[in-house]
Amino acid sequence: MARRETPEINAGSMADIAFLLLIFFLVTTTMDVDSGISKKLSEKPPKDYVPPVIKERNIFEVNINRNNELLVEGETMVLADLKDATLKFIDNGGGEGKMVDGVSTGNCDYCKGDRSIASSDHPNKAIISVQSDRGTEYGMYIKVQNELLRAYTELRNRLALDTYNTSFTELEKAYKKDLKNEKLKEKVNFIKLSYPQIISDAEPTSAN
Amino acid sequence: MSKFGKKKKPMPAVNTASLPDIVFMLLFFFMVTTVMRETDLKIENPKLPNATEVKKLEKKSYVSTIYVGKAKDKKFGTGDKIQLNDKIATADDVAAFIYNERSQKSEAEWGYMTTSIKADVQSSVGTISDIKLKLRDVNALKLSLSSRKVEEIKQ
Repeated sequence: MARRETPEINAGSMADIAFLLLIFFLVTTTMDVDSGISKKLSEKPPKDYVPPVIKERNIFEVNINRNNELLVEGETMVLADLKDATLKFIDNGGGEGKMVDGVSTGNCDYCKGDRSIASSDHPNKAIISVQSDRGTEYGMYIKVQNELLRAYTELRNRLALDTYNTSFTELEKAYKKDLKNEKLKEKVNFIKLSYPQIISDAEPTSAN
Repeated sequence: MSKFGKKKKPMPAVNTASLPDIVFMLLFFFMVTTVMRETDLKIENPKLPNATEVKKLEKKSYVSTIYVGKAKDKKFGTGDKIQLNDKIATADDVAAFIYNERSQKSEAEWGYMTTSIKADVQSSVGTISDIKLKLRDVNALKLSLSSRKVEEIKQ
């Protein structure tokens, strides 16, 4: 039996084939992570639900009309001023906080606002109500939401810096990496509870 | 000066034997990370709004996406259109869409499910609000308004 030597396969073009596939996947791949402004919708109220009476001074009214113009607390405002106005409202601390388990949370001792009696009592009572028109541009709506959230972020960062010497953003990042850390969880929750995000979206007005 | 005299020495060829290995490594990396879009867009690719305060959506399998924008096909008309899965729908179909998404998961996981609305900057708040009301009706309360993360917003 004559043993025939198997001829070697020419692998010279393998690199070309691999390149071709590589380029295909390079082009089709998308590495974007989906990110967005997260919102929690309120539950559907029962039919005979009577909304609680809320003091006028604890509501911060933001209106956006269909020409994408802002009306804040009855006065026109440009978007650039919205964050500071919101911050001032939330951080006012003019009175006692809401009742938790029958006990009042007391005055806001970490607020640095004016403590005016014409503005909000406590960050946990301060409600921001956004009312837009059906014709408002979605981009404007997002911009407004973003400004409101920026005010909260700034306040939370300030409080975290004062109490724990790190910003809230860093704190949250650290907690995300180490979810089992009870101490971090407590800190994050404390800050979140001190400045809870209460943004309510009123049903949009319609043109007719 | 003879030191600097020209020495004729042929350039050694670069060894390319490991090139296929390197290319294959890259290839596998991209093959693994690639996510093919499972639905093709019936609406024009939405131009997402910019925002600074965004949160990343984790756990992609829990995210159901609703697209809002103008229809590519002119027969649907010009206004804002809602795309669920791979067809143009109305706000009334949102409930069925959520039920369908839920049926693929166990009941314990329903609480983690998030709806991501990818809407064009120029769509109107009314359309988004219609979707929100429908989502509230079926108790799908976690919502993410998809936006692109930027460091600062130009006013």
